[in-house]
Amino acid sequence: MNKTDVLIIGAGPTGLFCAHQLGIIGLKCEIVDNLDKQGGQCIELYPDKPIYDIPAVPECTGEELTNNLLQQIKPFNIKFHLNERVEELKKAENRWHVKTSGNQEFDVAAIIIAGGVGSFEPRKFPVKECEKFEGSSLFYSIKDKTIFKDKTISIFGGGDSALDWAIELSNTSKVNLIHRREGFSGAESSVQKVKELNDQGKLNLYTKYQMDSVSGDNQISSVNIKHDEGEIKELKSDFVLGFFGLIMQLGPILNWGLNINKKTVEVNTENFETNVDGIFAIGDICSYPGKLKLILSGFHEGALAARGCFKYARPDEKLRFEFTTTSKAAQERLGVKK
Amino acid sequence: MAKITYYTHDSKTHTIDVQNGLTVMEGAVQNDIPGIDADCGGGMACATCHVYVKEDWLDKLPTKEDGEEDMLDMAYEPKQNSRLSCQLIVSDELDGLEVTIPEKQT
Repeated sequence: MNKTDVLIIGAGPTGLFCAHQLGIIGLKCEIVDNLDKQGGQCIELYPDKPIYDIPAVPECTGEELTNNLLQQIKPFNIKFHLNERVEELKKAENRWHVKTSGNQEFDVAAIIIAGGVGSFEPRKFPVKECEKFEGSSLFYSIKDKTIFKDKTISIFGGGDSALDWAIELSNTSKVNLIHRREGFSGAESSVQKVKELNDQGKLNLYTKYQMDSVSGDNQISSVNIKHDEGEIKELKSDFVLGFFGLIMQLGPILNWGLNINKKTVEVNTENFETNVDGIFAIGDICSYPGKLKLILSGFHEGALAARGCFKYARPDEKLRFEFTTTSKAAQERLGVKK
Repeated sequence: MAKITYYTHDSKTHTIDVQNGLTVMEGAVQNDIPGIDADCGGGMACATCHVYVKEDWLDKLPTKEDGEEDMLDMAYEPKQNSRLSCQLIVSDELDGLEVTIPEKQT
């Protein structure tokens, strides 16, 4: 059991800065995130794209913003639990017991949900029968590429993941790459490489086709693909891979008794607490009149939620407002006291 | 102002007056028309405001930017008449536009 003051769910910019605010007022926290790295949407959706509306930072990328935030919270030695999704919350007297998908357990005084628009999950094929094969011969990510050796693989998608895997697997497998249009969203160099491989017969490229159906008993044996004009082709396939990016799902958060409104959690604007005592929500996941889904709003919400946690974590103490420029206590916590 | 008709997956028809300058997505969200999630809030960073545009409207709409077509790759069951409704800005010219909201967005 990990015992700490506050558990933050979500390691995006809002969660990271909130950890800083908790640290400044002397509370300990740990952070859980479903992704394999910190940064949330900034890293997953736009690592290289510039952001122009962080106060006092004229321009930075999602990756730079994340790195700077990590640098800023370094003094607090915050423990991250990545690749973990929070599944269960249970009230235990005045504290919360939390369990994650990887069976990690936490005992905390308060919880701050900074979950963006939920956890990232792969987008799936619309074709129903796909579910039956998922995890055995149909995948949305690759863990062990050796299983594909000398097999026939049908890959769907037009982004970098689809292109990169098509190129790599074409060395050891027979690869079909199927995409719904002639243009690709992946890197131009990869598109050229795929076209070369197609011309050399080392890979079969089918554009303007989408999945129509899959068939097989326990394992997939073939996939039917349908052209924009209606023509159907059958492709013998041992494995099917779909790379359609990630979608965001609220997931287990829906089961925690919170007031949910259009995939967001309702909070008050005094301290961003939800309808459940001791559970706060900040950043894109929270809603209140006038809510703006901006990173800077998330920073503000995190600063107030951190202070809102204080009464749960230190019920016998009083929180005093202080500036980092002058507070000895804050400077000690930051490790900068001269 | 333009009258926009949204056909939802529960076979209901919603005809709404949408102010010029709003997007077709905002018209749906503000009027609680089900099926448009618009997770990213209109930033062309998700594909959860995907709609099918009635065929005879396709040529009358502004053409897609590259980013829109890239995001449509991620949509649930994209077709040739697929658009992201956050990219369709309402003006008098769109009066009478009809869109169908897909079965689901994810």
